[in-house]
Amino acid sequence: MTSQAPQLLSTDQGTDVDNGFLRIRDIRKIYRTRFGENLVLDGIGFDLRMGERLGVLGRNGAGKSTMIRLISGAERPTAGTIEHNMSISWPLAFGGAFQHMLTGVDNIRFISTIYNQDFQQNLAFVEDFAELGPYLREPVRTYSSGMRARLAFAISMIIEFDCFLIDEIGAVGDARFHERCDYELFGKRADRAMIIISHDAAYVRDHCNRWAVLHDGKLNLYDDFEIAYADFKELIGWTPPPGWPTVEASTA
Amino acid sequence: MVSRAPTKTPFLCSLRIQIRVLSALFMREVLTRYGRHNIGFLWLFFEPMIFTLGVTALWTATQSVHGSDLPIVAFALTGYSSVLLWRNMPGRCIGALWANLPLMYHRNIRVLDIYISRLMLEFGGATISFTALGILFISLGWLEPPEDFLKVVGGWMMIAWFGSALAVTLGALSHQSELVDKLWHPASYLIFPLSGSAFMVYALPPVAQKIVLYIPMVHGVEMVREGFFGERAHAIYDLGYVIPFCLVLSVIALLLVNWVGQRVVPE
Repeated sequence: MTSQAPQLLSTDQGTDVDNGFLRIRDIRKIYRTRFGENLVLDGIGFDLRMGERLGVLGRNGAGKSTMIRLISGAERPTAGTIEHNMSISWPLAFGGAFQHMLTGVDNIRFISTIYNQDFQQNLAFVEDFAELGPYLREPVRTYSSGMRARLAFAISMIIEFDCFLIDEIGAVGDARFHERCDYELFGKRADRAMIIISHDAAYVRDHCNRWAVLHDGKLNLYDDFEIAYADFKELIGWTPPPGWPTVEASTA
Repeated sequence: MVSRAPTKTPFLCSLRIQIRVLSALFMREVLTRYGRHNIGFLWLFFEPMIFTLGVTALWTATQSVHGSDLPIVAFALTGYSSVLLWRNMPGRCIGALWANLPLMYHRNIRVLDIYISRLMLEFGGATISFTALGILFISLGWLEPPEDFLKVVGGWMMIAWFGSALAVTLGALSHQSELVDKLWHPASYLIFPLSGSAFMVYALPPVAQKIVLYIPMVHGVEMVREGFFGERAHAIYDLGYVIPFCLVLSVIALLLVNWVGQRVVPE
């Protein structure tokens, strides 16, 4: 019926800065495919507290998005436990949850009802943030991918979660949009916990304070980005071409 | 296997979340399916009404043999409305989860919620259509008001219960195998003539009666007709058979939903 992990996602209520935790232990995930069983995650585990931002590096298909889905509660692990007393977001800026036949406004109303929030207030925020103008009252299927990303991100911001899951946020949108996203996330919500996946190593370096490399179903944790990045490059067997800087130029 | 928050949510809170989620999903279904163009959500019951009216007209014109002295209009209305009820519910639930997979990202939305919201919509549409046409026919004098209103409701709920349990079962199975979708269409057409909408059980030879009474919706339709026409209908049904049948089917449905819920993979 409703949640097996019952969780009241009302604004500010769960923001327990001192005690918020996410505890992941021995998560395994096996997918049954036509080629037999595919072990995607082989016993990963970590703790995350409020204010910690974990950046996850890993090549395509390493299981980063699977991990995010498991933590978001959309999918269940084959084995292992995920315990938390924080409210955890859906994967941020993820537009899939939209009903494309409906207008932006309808989608905002839907999310507002699901999470028991004030619709008018949310509508005002999204209007201001997404800058979609009259398009907000048109079906989402008429939007460009950039417009969808703006709407998706704005809707993600109307619910105040303790822990945000961020899966490739930098992929779409223009510079001004990125700047505003960064301000909303890392400026206004610096006290929250975050798990960030990105192929943009500099983005992960600049915005996280803990790092991890996901490879062959195992997750290795690091407190130093340079070490994590070096390991990552070695694992994927990528040698930088001559003249390549040790780390890409900062985006900040 | 475990994903939990250490604090338990009290029952009342859960109930409130449940109601909120279902009403939001319901509104979303209505808007997605009917949109805001022309008569919008009125299609919810206009569509089944057109069906029923058409069948009523057809059966009246051809003077269908139905083996009783009941007026053909009444016969068609009770019969075809019931078909719409049990046939459309599975039709809407098959593949419903595929269409709504992204919703699984919202923690408070569970697989069963998606099915329930669609069932509410189907039940609402069929019921409003049945009631509206009933009232229309009664006011035109084509139909006598039901002799036992509560019995009509009871029979109707019986069909709805069976339809819902079947719908959730097939819906959950369809997530695992597309065969369900392929087979349901022919199956629903083949069951239709046997479902009791186009005949009265007592008009059949005893051997056929025995077989037909294994089909659960026959009992519901017979009950609806007894509610409408009383003794004249010569209804034959056995609640001692349908209720346990529906109970078992409901348990199967819930087990399957739970099974699918453990394995669902959002995009």
